Amino acid sequence: MADYDVIIIGGGPGGYNGAIRAGQLGLKVACVESRATLGGTCLNVGCIPSKALLHASEFFEMASKDFAGLGIEVTPKLNLPAMMKQKDASVEQLTKGVEFLFRKNKVDWIKGVARLAGPGKVAVTSPDGAVTTLEAKSIVIATGSQPAPLAGVVVDQKRIVDSTGALALPEVPGSLIVIGAGIIGLELGSVWRRLGSTVTVVEFLDRITPGLDLETAKTLQRSLTRQGVTFKLGAKVTGAKAGAKGVELTIQPVAGGDPETLKADYVLLAIGRRPYTDDLGLETVGVTPDARGFIETDHFRTSASGVFAIGDVTHGPMLAHKAEDEAVACIEIIAGKAGHVNYGVIPSVVYTFPEVASVGKTEEELKAEGVAYKVGKFPFTANARAKVNHEAEGFVKVLADAKTDRILGVHMIGPDVGEMIAEYCVAMEFSAASEDIARTSHPHPTRSEALRQAAMGVEGWTMQA
Amino acid sequence: MTDIMTPTLGESVTEATVARWAKKAGDPVKRDEILVELETDKVSLEVAAPEDGFLSSIDAEEGATVLPGQRLGQVASAPGAQTAPAPKPAAAPEPKVVTPVAAAPVATPKSPPTAPPPEAPNAMPLAPSVERIVAENRLDASTIAGSGKDGRITKGDALAAIDAMASRPSPAPAPLPAAVAVPHEREERVRMSRLRQTIARRLKEAQANAAMLTTFNEVDMSAVMALRNEYKEPFEKRHGVKLGFMSFFVKACVFALKEVPAVNAEIDGADLIYKNHYDIGVAVGTERGLVVPVLRDADALGLAGIEREIGALGKKARDGELALEDLQGGTFTISNGGVYGSLMSTPILNAPQSGILGMHKIQDRPVAVDGQVVIRPMMYLALSYDHRVVDGQGAVTFLVKVKEHIEDPRRLLLEI
Repeated sequence: MADYDVIIIGGGPGGYNGAIRAGQLGLKVACVESRATLGGTCLNVGCIPSKALLHASEFFEMASKDFAGLGIEVTPKLNLPAMMKQKDASVEQLTKGVEFLFRKNKVDWIKGVARLAGPGKVAVTSPDGAVTTLEAKSIVIATGSQPAPLAGVVVDQKRIVDSTGALALPEVPGSLIVIGAGIIGLELGSVWRRLGSTVTVVEFLDRITPGLDLETAKTLQRSLTRQGVTFKLGAKVTGAKAGAKGVELTIQPVAGGDPETLKADYVLLAIGRRPYTDDLGLETVGVTPDARGFIETDHFRTSASGVFAIGDVTHGPMLAHKAEDEAVACIEIIAGKAGHVNYGVIPSVVYTFPEVASVGKTEEELKAEGVAYKVGKFPFTANARAKVNHEAEGFVKVLADAKTDRILGVHMIGPDVGEMIAEYCVAMEFSAASEDIARTSHPHPTRSEALRQAAMGVEGWTMQA
Repeated sequence: MTDIMTPTLGESVTEATVARWAKKAGDPVKRDEILVELETDKVSLEVAAPEDGFLSSIDAEEGATVLPGQRLGQVASAPGAQTAPAPKPAAAPEPKVVTPVAAAPVATPKSPPTAPPPEAPNAMPLAPSVERIVAENRLDASTIAGSGKDGRITKGDALAAIDAMASRPSPAPAPLPAAVAVPHEREERVRMSRLRQTIARRLKEAQANAAMLTTFNEVDMSAVMALRNEYKEPFEKRHGVKLGFMSFFVKACVFALKEVPAVNAEIDGADLIYKNHYDIGVAVGTERGLVVPVLRDADALGLAGIEREIGALGKKARDGELALEDLQGGTFTISNGGVYGSLMSTPILNAPQSGILGMHKIQDRPVAVDGQVVIRPMMYLALSYDHRVVDGQGAVTFLVKVKEHIEDPRRLLLEI
């Protein structure tokens, strides 16, 4: 007899949410996690600690630069160890919170490294080296992802760090080079720039934040440049030499040209993440990841019967909430219910200042698909709340079908837009038209009014700009 | 005040449409008197008054979609008693007897033309954009098919409804001399009844899923007709039911099904289910559409029993009184297009069944018998079958068996 109905490999947002849902549905479930704490990359070395540092560093910078304008005169002094400590405390509380949720939902947390050992079997090597083989009717692979390596740049976590190392630097770098202008690089680059580093971002492509709506990305780049970040786009990193005091990085224009050597105290490698599928014993059940390491799935089912995969190890955006949605749907399917993920409405947020939030199609995608669409746009400079807060950067852009007015995509940049995008997620989930938002009361004075004014703009009746 | 609730609708039926209220709000009603008729995918059913009193409110108007356990209306003991609206905060104590003043009809202020029309109480509230479009264009939201989540109407749906309305030609200003200026519209849009929608869906499902084809034969009806003419009266006297042709065909089909079990089988995933029971669906045309009540264990019935059962099911079908059980679980179907004069047709399978026999009009035709051209009452037979289950030989054998038994009904007696 199987030990479990479901064994979930990985305790990140996909794994732990799946385990909780399985417990709720009365399935006997275990979650195997190789880290000493639950929560995966997101909670331990990803979304959560980076937000802790983004929040704290934003206040530091505001205190230095903006308070005086509000009539508050202070000279802030950075206490980096204390800032790191509050970050670690939050992380600890949240991982403990997941432990509590496991107990509450009768999820067995199994510490160790899991490996598939044939159909229905998972071999777990516990921290003391003992190997236990567990049997389960269904196995869910939720092992997530890890920072992608780059040839010629060896991460030593001393001078050349990845996102994990960049969350725990022992000092504020005098200078920091970020390789990769994606979300992770820009967020962590922002943290250290606010705390005093000179930050240079090197990106292979000729734009930042690939996949994001281009107009929004360009606005973000202008904003970050104004804040002091230097961008070297269309540049290829050909090598990195780490010394005791710093790193020498050689880059070359992708279009061709002379190589250039950049020097910095630290280098952050953040060119993306790759699925964590090595040494998982996939071959024992006959599952072969694709060339990039992703596991192919059809509604979370792999090619092996009884083996499912969710989150970053599968295709799609590597986002915690995508993994969470897939976890719920996958477990519901395992429990015989109708689990479903609407991949058309998965929001994405860049937690820089200003923030960027988007959901649905970009203008570039709509053009490529030949969809006739209308645009409604509203700048925060015309929003009362943003104005009185002296935070009037950015805009809200709503894209809607030219004929049916159905909202197809929303892209915004500005303070706190990450919190505001959810309104449009709900609207899109219900196939709403821009007019539905335009005719919905929004509190005054709030930034959320900009959402409504932008929606009005789709049909040409923006009132406050 | 007693609630009139939507009853449980039977397996796999999740909602019903309110077809007709037999009473108006305020009418006196008697316990067990039929108040409202509901229509589901499969049957229509009636809801009776739970007690004597007055129909004090109607919550679900005709055309509204209701779910099991949903309140349809309320019966009050006194006329004009006010309906309890949805749970109300316990403010003023509810008066036990409502004064006549409160009951008197009050002229309601006329609502401005742009106000949204009163919603069906059970409908999902409309999205703001849809509400505006419905109000401005005087649409009936209940007739707009929703494409949004859980069938909600999106703005696109409402705009499409306007387009559909606009594309109907408006009455032409009669430029021609006073000829036959009939003010009829050239087309009429009518919402399909649930039964019609179900028929449409199931027919397309059968076509999409089965490898369907049809084989034909013809049958000389002389022998059965002669037998019937000879024993018509004693049969009716003895059994109290008329001897028709259908019973012979049912009998012949049961025999043929036993000979060719695949026709009585169905596909379930990778399995075939062979059935050792013979529940024959007999298609009956009604004014609401075609329904196929099932004649249970036809192999255990004699000709009289079959005629009696078919008569009872047909009456129930025409009166709209078929219960769900009457429609479920058939293993084979017989459809008689002959009653409408069809000479030849290819019936569509009643999924998940694997065979359907089409009977047709009996027509005198010259045929060759023993080298002579003679006139015989002939009927074409069609067997549509699912080629995934039944092979060609089986299908042809089936029809030949039916033919043999009809042409020589003595075989029925001898079971050969």
